[in-house]
Order: sequence, then structure tokens, then C-alpha cells
Amino acid sequence: MISLAARDIAHSWSKYVLTGIGLGLLIGVTLSMAGIFRGMVDDAQVLLRNSQADVWVVQKDTQGPYAESSSLPDDVYRSILGMPGVQQAANVTYFTMQVQHQGKDTRVMVVGFESGQPGAPPSLIAGRHVTRSHYEAVADVKAGFKLGEKIRIRRNEYTIVGLSQRTVSSGGDPMVFIPLADAQVAQFQKDNDAIVSGRERTAANPAFNRPNVPGLLEAVQMSQTTSHNVNAVLVQVRAGWDAAQLAADIQRWKHLQAYTYADMEEISVKKLIATSAKQIGLFLVILTIVSTAIVSFIIYTMTLGKIREIAVLKLIGTRNSTISWMILQESLGLGLVGFIIGKTVATLWAPVFPKYVLLLPLDAVLGLLVIVVVCTLASVMAIRAALKVDPAEAIGG
Amino acid sequence: MTSPLLKKILLPLIGVVVLGGFGWVVTQQGPMAATRITVVTVTNQAISASVFGIGTVEARYNYRIGPTAAGRVQQVLVDVGDSVQAGQTLAIMDAVDLDSRIQAAGLAAERATASIASANAQTKEANARFTLAQHEAQRQQSLAAKSLVSQSSSDARQQDLAVANAAVEASHAAAAVAKKEQQRLQAEQQALRQQQANLTLTASVAGMITSRDAEPGTTLVAGQAVLTLADPQSYWVKARIDQSLALGLQAGQTASITLRSAPQQALPGKLVRIEPLSDSVTEERIVGIAFTPVPAALSSGELAEVTLQTGQKDSALVIPNAAIQQQTGQSGVWKLTPDNSLQFTPVQTGIHSLDGQIEILSGLQADDTIVVYTSSALSADSKIKVVEKL
Repeated sequence: MISLAARDIAHSWSKYVLTGIGLGLLIGVTLSMAGIFRGMVDDAQVLLRNSQADVWVVQKDTQGPYAESSSLPDDVYRSILGMPGVQQAANVTYFTMQVQHQGKDTRVMVVGFESGQPGAPPSLIAGRHVTRSHYEAVADVKAGFKLGEKIRIRRNEYTIVGLSQRTVSSGGDPMVFIPLADAQVAQFQKDNDAIVSGRERTAANPAFNRPNVPGLLEAVQMSQTTSHNVNAVLVQVRAGWDAAQLAADIQRWKHLQAYTYADMEEISVKKLIATSAKQIGLFLVILTIVSTAIVSFIIYTMTLGKIREIAVLKLIGTRNSTISWMILQESLGLGLVGFIIGKTVATLWAPVFPKYVLLLPLDAVLGLLVIVVVCTLASVMAIRAALKVDPAEAIGG
Repeated sequence: MTSPLLKKILLPLIGVVVLGGFGWVVTQQGPMAATRITVVTVTNQAISASVFGIGTVEARYNYRIGPTAAGRVQQVLVDVGDSVQAGQTLAIMDAVDLDSRIQAAGLAAERATASIASANAQTKEANARFTLAQHEAQRQQSLAAKSLVSQSSSDARQQDLAVANAAVEASHAAAAVAKKEQQRLQAEQQALRQQQANLTLTASVAGMITSRDAEPGTTLVAGQAVLTLADPQSYWVKARIDQSLALGLQAGQTASITLRSAPQQALPGKLVRIEPLSDSVTEERIVGIAFTPVPAALSSGELAEVTLQTGQKDSALVIPNAAIQQQTGQSGVWKLTPDNSLQFTPVQTGIHSLDGQIEILSGLQADDTIVVYTSSALSADSKIKVVEKL
């Protein structure tokens, strides 16, 4: 049996290919949109994965450290380390800020970490890990910093010694990892003017500036300029212990908020990006409807263009199912060409997007299924038109 | 003619290009693609361990110069930045009533001297009376023995003798009291003179004035400083070293000091003190690093970075620290087996160098091939592709 569809496509191949490319670009946009959504979710999850923690301990009654600000004394980790079931516990700070680099400001999330502890950069793609306890940084490759370059964070210059990949905040900002002590200073340090006026304010307070207590003023001023706070304590659970139980114990006995991975995922993925996700979801639905409409129009126009030929086929006794199958084949073929082109272009232009675009194979398969359904639906109108053709038209005017 | 030719060549060509692109996309991108890795061979090489810390330039010896008693500043003769010699007068405190008190003490001492003279005269008088009483008593006694006078008369003379004796002793005691009083008043005068001398604040060592804390007219309590004097030759860097890096610190190790004001220049130094008390809040060891030699024009309080050489090994198994990964709480590396599959090998690490090299104590052998950088996280069954550079 010869394929009428193949013959027809071969006959008007240029039109078919151009239509396929157009549809392909549209499908590419749709797949990219899905990829952007997946990328957002992945950004939120990668932040959790990279921290290598099982339990996040944060300030009581806050949803920190990613969704809300949280501040803990930096010696809390010691009391947590002493609890049964804790393998490792490490201080960590997170804050988003502008980093000066070659005269430009780059928005990054600065992470203060302790070397070799949870929260440190997981793996590198170039350079080395931080070896000095101050003024060295590992940056995500997306921030655009090069190895050996100096960047300025608040008052100090940091040398980029290593580059990591896919280390981003839930908002997609690239991370810059610096030693914890530096991060504490950078996060809580005031600018020089504020420090100077703060000193004067303290000196003007008679309670702190007593003439008969030498050294009191200096001691008070020193206590005002040092910070011993962190945003969270990352805890790794010993093998065989239950993270949820440990989190409950910490909440009960240490009077701090503790979240397990699942809790944190709930906060980061579901709550933080819920609105954006809905926005993109709606856009996806609209794009699907638009695609369906376009495929229907194309198939309908192509069918109408062949109305005479279909009448002839009918006249020579071709069965309706054969004619329907031919139109469906053309429609599915168009969808397949569109899918192949769409998937290819989506992959090619994905790295150009400023935010991460994650193209999952599952999404591609789902997309293909949707395209098959859409093409089938889209050909219904054309098939109806074809079947209504009067064979007499073949010989008529 | 051209149309069928086009149809015959172009259509398959487009098909091939599109399908080829699609095939490339499916196999080379996304999750089905191989993880790109770079590898390195473990080798024996020299490694030197160093630790890094930051600190501030400080004078090891600071002299806070002030009065020993409460008082008012009369004059301050030097200012911040001045170099002074040992013994140089730096400031003078107001004497207030000290001169009058010294004069009063002097007069009292003179009075005591007069009291001594008076006591001495009394002694002489008492002695004279005693001698007379003695003679009288002896004569009466011998007459009484011959029964020329009554016994009671002799006894009365004996009593006179005892009284005269007591008077002698009393006058001796009065003289001693006057003597002691004189000494006391002299000592008091001496103390006041000492106090007067203390009103002049002098430099205990040669050095530089680093702070001027009081101006003329200021009233100070005992112990409050008027000036702070620092010995410029005693400038050193008080640095803080993270406890996790502090292993192997020993006095005498060479150091390199970089001042914040001169970031390009490394100054030589030497570790001279490791304080026995760590900072329990910041979890840091506190060390003192002396400049060898002390550069001119140092500013106290300036931030400095120090790098200390803590150890050296001529031959050790060395890998880059980027190769160390954490898997289920264990540190290790991904080893590439001869059949090109991955195997996670826990390792024990030794000394770390500041340029990112790390010594392997166990877990690896020379000529093992290990993964350094990866384009995404690895697992034992990851599909991998070894590349030169990511």
C-alpha cells in the first residue's frame, strides 16, 4: 500500500517543511517555558542539595534562612553537636548582596561556610577549594568571575580561587562562598561613618563613659562592633537516626526552629516560588491552546487546498478511513517534525537564558504525547471538511 | 529539471540535518549525556604546609604613663608621634598642697628635734638627782647600822633613791619617744618629697608617644593614663589562626607578613609566641609574630595577613583538594578504575598546602587516576567522559 500522505508531503515539501519549522519554533518556546519552570524548582532544590544538610536549625519561629531572615548565636552549634544522632553541625550565613567586580555590581548570594563542613561548595569545575581562613572565595561560574580575580565584598577584597557550577540561591543568583568569619563581618559590619558616629553616641552616654572607671567605654565600644551571629546551623544526621525525630528534639530542648529536608523543600519550592509557578503554568496552558489552534488552521488550510484531489479520490472509490488516515498522518507528521525541531532549538537556546532552563526528558515525552493529542484533535476539523466533499466536485467547474 | 533534483537532494539533506541535530541533542545534552570529568594522576611530590591568619600590628610593650595618686594635670610636654628618651619628662601633675605639707612635716620634725634636746636635759637632771639620792641613802644606811639615826630615816632615803631611779628611766623613755617621733616625721617628709617627685611623669623607656589621653587641667584618678608610650622596636603582629589549621605551630617558624597598606609586599617575620589560651568564642589560636627586622613607620592597629610555614615533606602522595568529595559523611575521592568505571575511595588526609594541594595518608597509591573536576555530581554508575578542561 502506498502512503498517500508521504506522496502529498513530497509534492509540497517546501511548504510542509516551512510549516514544520514554524510549528517547531512554537513548540520550542513551549518546551523552554516548561524548562524555565523546572529550572526554578531545580534552583530551589539545588540550594538545599548543595548545603548537604539533613536538618536546618534556625531562629525560633522563623522560616529561615532562605525564606526569612534568621539570626542565631554562633556557639549554638556546639550544643547541637552534643545531641545524640548528630553527625556534623556547622554554622552558615547567607545573604544576597551586590559584589563589586571590575567596576560593575553583580548580584550574588554570599555564603559564609566552614571548610569541610556542610554548606561548603560541593564540587568544583576549576581551581581549588579555599585553604586560607580569610579573603578567599569560590564563586559560581555564572557570576562571571575568573580564577585569580579579586572581588570586593564590603570592605575587603577576596581572591577567586575556585569555580563551582549549579550553586545558586532559590532566586537563581549565583553563590559566592567565603569563609564564615569573613561572612559574619561582611553581613553585620556597619560602614565606617556608622561606626564612628556610633562610637560618639556611646561616648556621649554618661552610663558608658564614667570617669572613674577607666576602660569601660572602650569595652562597650568593642562589644558593639563585633558580631557572633549566623543565619543557620546545618546538621547532618548520623546513619540510622531519624531526621524528623532529631528536628523535633532540637525544637523541644534547644528552643530553636528545626526543619528537615522535606520541610525545607516545602518552604523553598512550594511557598517561595508558588506565584511564579502559577504564572508560568498559565502561560504553558495558553501556549498549548495557541499551538492547537495553529496546527488546526494549518491542517485545515492544507486540506482545503486539496479539496479537488480528495473529491477525485472519493470518485475512484477511496474509502473514508483512508482519506481520514491520510490527513491524520500529515497532521501527526507535522507534529513530529515540529517536535524534533522544537526539542532541538529549545536545547540549543537554553544556555542563553539568564536563568537556569532545565529540560527534562520526561517533559519532552509528555510534550510529544500532548502534540500527538493536539494534532489528532486539530485534524478533526479538516477530516470533517474532507469527508463532506462531494465527489461530483472533481468533475464540476 | 532543478526542482526534482532539489527534491531528491535537499529534502533528505534537511531531514538528515534535523535528525542529526535531534540525535545530538538527545545524546549529548540533558540527563542522557555523559558527565564530563577531568582526571589527575596521584604522584609523589614535595608539599609544604602553611597556615594563614589575620591580625593587627601592635606594640608588644605599651607603657601607660599616669599619676600614682589622684590629681590634676598641670603640663603635658609631648604629643602623639613624638619620640622620647628614657627618663625624659613627659608631663607634670599639679602639686596642689603638697609643698605646704612638706613644709609642715619639716617643721614638725624640727619640733621633734627640740623635744629630743628637752628630753636629754631632763635625763641629766634626773641623773643628778639620782646620784644625790644614792649618796644620801648610803650615808643614812651606814649611820643606821651604827644606830646613830633611826631606821625609818634610812628607809625614807632608800625610797628617795628608788624614786630618783624611776625618774631617770622615765626621762630615758621620753628621749626615745622624741627620737622616734623625729624619725617618723622625717619619713613622712621623705614620702611627701617622693610624691612630689612622682608628679613629674617620665618615660620609662625610649619610645614613641602613641596616645595623649589627658590635657592640662584634667583631673585624673590613680591609674588613669596621661600618655601611652610604645616601644617601636617591639612592634609585632598579634594574629588569629583558625583552630582547625593551628596544628604544627611552633615558636621560631618563619612567617611572611603582608600589611594592608602594602598588599604587594611580603615582610619577613618569625613566630615568637603561641598564647596558651585560645579564643573560645571565635575558635582561634592567638599568636605573636615578630617582624625581622621591624620596618619603619608602622601603624599600630593596622590589619595584617600572616602566612606561617608549619611543615615540609619532601615526598608525599599529593592530590588537589578539589578532588576531595563528601559521600554519606565520608571524605574520599572518585577513583577511575582501569576498566573506566568510577569507584568512591575514602581517604585520610595529612597536611594541606595553601596552594590547594593535600597530602594523602591512606586510601590511594601512586599512579592511581582520580577525578578532579566534574560537570555534575557523580555516582558509581555515572556515564563519564574524560576531558582536558571543563
